[in-house]
Amino acid sequence: MTVSTVIKTDGLTKRFSRVTALDRLTVEVESGVVGLVGANGAGKSTLIKILLGLSPATEGTGQVLGLDIATQGPAIRERVGYMPEHDCLPPDVSATEFVVHMARMSGLPASAARERTADTLRHVGLYEERYRPMGGYSTGMKQRVKLAQALVHDPQLVLLDEPTNGLDPVGRDEMLGLIRRVHADFGISVLVTTHLLGELERTCDHLVVIDGGKLLRSSSTASFTGTTQLLAVEVTDHPVDRSFDADAVLTERLTAAGLTVRADGSRILLVEIAGEETYDTVRDTVDDLGLGLVRLEQRRHRVAEIFSTRADEDAEDADHEHDHEHGHGHDAHRAVPAGGEQA
Amino acid sequence: MTTRSDAHGGVIHDIGYRPYTGPRLGRRYATRSLYVQSLRAAFGLGRSGRSKVLPFLLLGGMAAPSLAMLAIALFTQQKSMPMDYADYLASFSVLPQIFLAAQAPVLMSRDLRHHVVPLYFSRPATRGDYVAAKFAAMFSALLIVLALPLLLLFTGALLAEFPVGDNLVHLLYGLVAAVLYALLYSSIGLLIAALTPRRGFGVAAIMGLLMITRALAMITFALNRGYDPLRESDSSWAFLISPSTLVEALVNRLFSLGDGGSALLYAPGTGGALVFLVVLLALTAGGHALTLRRYRNV
Repeated sequence: MTVSTVIKTDGLTKRFSRVTALDRLTVEVESGVVGLVGANGAGKSTLIKILLGLSPATEGTGQVLGLDIATQGPAIRERVGYMPEHDCLPPDVSATEFVVHMARMSGLPASAARERTADTLRHVGLYEERYRPMGGYSTGMKQRVKLAQALVHDPQLVLLDEPTNGLDPVGRDEMLGLIRRVHADFGISVLVTTHLLGELERTCDHLVVIDGGKLLRSSSTASFTGTTQLLAVEVTDHPVDRSFDADAVLTERLTAAGLTVRADGSRILLVEIAGEETYDTVRDTVDDLGLGLVRLEQRRHRVAEIFSTRADEDAEDADHEHDHEHGHGHDAHRAVPAGGEQA
Repeated sequence: MTTRSDAHGGVIHDIGYRPYTGPRLGRRYATRSLYVQSLRAAFGLGRSGRSKVLPFLLLGGMAAPSLAMLAIALFTQQKSMPMDYADYLASFSVLPQIFLAAQAPVLMSRDLRHHVVPLYFSRPATRGDYVAAKFAAMFSALLIVLALPLLLLFTGALLAEFPVGDNLVHLLYGLVAAVLYALLYSSIGLLIAALTPRRGFGVAAIMGLLMITRALAMITFALNRGYDPLRESDSSWAFLISPSTLVEALVNRLFSLGDGGSALLYAPGTGGALVFLVVLLALTAGGHALTLRRYRNV
């Protein structure tokens, strides 16, 4: 099937008795890995329920894989996989039994269900332990089984609700790698929700940002993160001369060398990368001044920045939590380039 | 270097991802699969060995008296069965009740407790299909427990060369009773089980409801009747209070079983039997509807 538009909504609105969970959401998503970003309560889970045809929209229309969500729910659910956010595994059943059962629930004949279960569990990285009751599994293994039951019937689209919840950094990286593979190797489109931005920009081709049920932005990850590359530079004070303002002099020297420099926070300078030689210029200039180079790392515009201005405007509780999460994603991301660039 | 896999002459090939191109059998197949899985689960099949103990103990406990009865009838060379088929179900009614109380939560509460229900609903089968499959599974499981001893009794009656026609008719009466018990019990049991994700609460609530209402029905009946046999008809409306007396009294009146003696429970007259039947069907349908309602927002 050559449907490039995987999800399409037009003025989708969902009102509960008190709250409006989705407010005239109009969005179009192409095949690929799509990130659905929003704070807790932004309407992500509600949107997924509506897309699965489980909960009728108050207003507006939507299509999943070219099928109408209001009338063709069962057909959609046959072609879509869903990994819920919460725990959904009975502890006294083995992963194999459970996934086989779920495959049959998706309409696969018994023999095909067994075969696909073995394949899928292997792909998500569960081996001998798949015959043990799931009650004894680690969080990482449970997340893998949850992903496997969403993939077992070879859907055209999977909806993953917070797949990295509760995972440690290593487990999170593995899960993100797995999600990329689901699209790259398996050819299955992915809609993945999270409230952690940092991990999405590494995984997704396209980001949809919603807040309070409204669409904030929908565009490719590249356009979010920007094309200009920045270099963060931090230097020590002058070893002898206490009155020497290292940052000011360095800024002056680099500007003279034809680079654009601005300060970021107290001690960090952001230098726009003009090319490979920028690294050399910075290194030589610092050396020439007799300063110590503490930090030299590549930095991109981060998805988090699109929230930072907005978060200042309204000071709701939800946003504080949001900011906290930004900081988290930020740090995790920084660690990666820092190791590679400092030498 | 020789690795283990080389030594065995086998290599594991990563054949990559294979898309599924086979048939997708859709909603009705999924519902049927859920029915089979639930029916097996009701007897602990496909689950741990421990969970098989109780259902099979109850099934055996339900069948054993029928075998004993047969043995006695054969050895003492009796002319007819010591107990009628429907009466057998009434006499041992506590075993199917325990079966219901123990296994209805297995079907419903487990899915709720471990949040498996949303996974079902994100697949082709709908909420209605889910409830229908669970109901059919509980109904079938109860019917097996109830009908097995009746069939054993009938086989024995044939062996003992009791009159075949009479036995066949009474077997059918017994089976109708079994169906009515299974319908009403399943509906009530599943509704209660669906209300709580805690299995223990479900077991206690179902057992409590069946026992307490039965006691209430019998007490009300006895108090109203006093020692006046003429008031018996009026006071037997009390049998509406409990599911088990409801079915028992209805079946006995419907098929005019027994000799009209005081040992059996009867619905009040023909009109009464009709009311009993309507109440039974209404309770079954109502329980089913409420169970459906319970899953509307899951």
